[in-house]
Amino acid sequence: VPLPVWSPSRPCLSVSDPQWYAARQSIRLDPKGKSLKDEDVLQHLPVGTTATFYFRDLGAQISWVTVFLTEYGGPLLLYLMFYFRVPFIYAPKYDFTTSKHWVVHLACMCHSFHYLKRLLETLFVHRFSHGTMPLRNIFKNCTYYWGFAAWMAYYINHPLYTPPSEYTTILTTLYIHHLVRSKTRKIPYPTKNPFTWIFLLVSCPNYTYELGSWFGFTLMTQCLPVAFFTAVGFIQMTVWAKGKHRSYLKEFRDYPPLRSPILPFVL
Amino acid sequence: MASMEEDGSVEEKDNNNKKRTKSAIAVAWLTFYNIAMTAGWLVLAMAMMRFYIQKGTHKGLYKSISRTLKFFQTVALVEVGHCAIGIVRTSVIVTGVQVCSRIFMVWFITNSIKQIQNEESVILFLVVWTLTEITRYSFYTFNLLNHLPYFIKWARYNMFIIMYPLGVAGELLTIYAALPFVRKTGMLSMRLPNKYNISFDYYYFLIIVMLSYIPLFPQLFFHMLRQRRKVLLGEIIVEKDE
Repeated sequence: VPLPVWSPSRPCLSVSDPQWYAARQSIRLDPKGKSLKDEDVLQHLPVGTTATFYFRDLGAQISWVTVFLTEYGGPLLLYLMFYFRVPFIYAPKYDFTTSKHWVVHLACMCHSFHYLKRLLETLFVHRFSHGTMPLRNIFKNCTYYWGFAAWMAYYINHPLYTPPSEYTTILTTLYIHHLVRSKTRKIPYPTKNPFTWIFLLVSCPNYTYELGSWFGFTLMTQCLPVAFFTAVGFIQMTVWAKGKHRSYLKEFRDYPPLRSPILPFVL
Repeated sequence: MASMEEDGSVEEKDNNNKKRTKSAIAVAWLTFYNIAMTAGWLVLAMAMMRFYIQKGTHKGLYKSISRTLKFFQTVALVEVGHCAIGIVRTSVIVTGVQVCSRIFMVWFITNSIKQIQNEESVILFLVVWTLTEITRYSFYTFNLLNHLPYFIKWARYNMFIIMYPLGVAGELLTIYAALPFVRKTGMLSMRLPNKYNISFDYYYFLIIVMLSYIPLFPQLFFHMLRQRRKVLLGEIIVEKDE
């Protein structure tokens, strides 16, 4: 490894070999400890007149934004391909036809809107704590999102799709509409706005609403692959919500006791 | 819904307890379990030998031992539980994959597709499984009793070199033989249109299962090879930090 040069402004080594770019470096005071953050200042670290740092290679990295755009862009485009019945998916006589069920059009709008919203949030709203993630994550995440999107879209847009009753469709549409209007992400405490009352009951309302949306989509399409996707997402989001809840409890002494991680009173 | 909350680092391991000393109950239960399983597979081995000696053919052999086989192979599911609660220090996933593949063969292939029960490939994997399991469970038993004869250790970490490929061959040939019957009967399959808006074709599913042996088998095999180098040859293998 070529001799590094210490950069005083942030804990990273300016190394002559471009392979070890800054995002890939993990500098720590203890080999098994946590990485130093970008904001850490050398003078404020708990070291004496000499300091020993440990370098760890985090592997090839890729930026969060790239990963998010790819993993959300895929489902958006794939679903539309199935919706428009692009050739080689269904039997040739159905190429470029449209479904006669209006719930199928509605489902396409919901699905597309959902991923469009996520793409816009990635570009304009999200702040990321660490700019990059390991490269292999993009393959893992894209397989998950793209795979499920294709699986769901195949059945919903299939010529032999069986729609639910009109009654169910209308109810679930209203439900999803309500969820979409009530999504808030910023304020962690309820205000006069009744839509923020969910903050009284859960630590991670973003996951609660996400789950609610996909649950509504499942009811609307009555499609088992959608139910599977919702279930898998539920498990993953619950794991994340519990972690977040635990860190909130550690951080805030007087954390509201009524709150659950993701489902009010339940989970 | 990507890994927003994950950070790439590995530090957040809450349960990092190294269970060096197991509780007495755990040891007692595991000893009992492994003795029972050794006995069970020995019974299977003897039943198979007796059938073949008496009848001179393998036809009807599977049927005669199928209930015992189903019982002891299904009970092996608890081993996944052992890993999950930590009284056995093996990965839940590795154990899960191995047990599930066995359960799948027994319940979804040989039990459900009666026409292939007299195939030679069935006898092949039955013999392999029996020899492997007797060695494995007796190895665990002696280990727990802290009195492991070298030949058992030797057998456990050498026999697999032949047994594993032979077992895989037996399983794959059996699934392959079952394909035409699956296709004809359309068993376990679901077609459109239906109210769940899902379809499943067991025939293509089996083909995918067969293909999945290609990436999975080498991984399990090389895992055992690595274990062998560590245990028998005393090699120190430094695991790459993920």
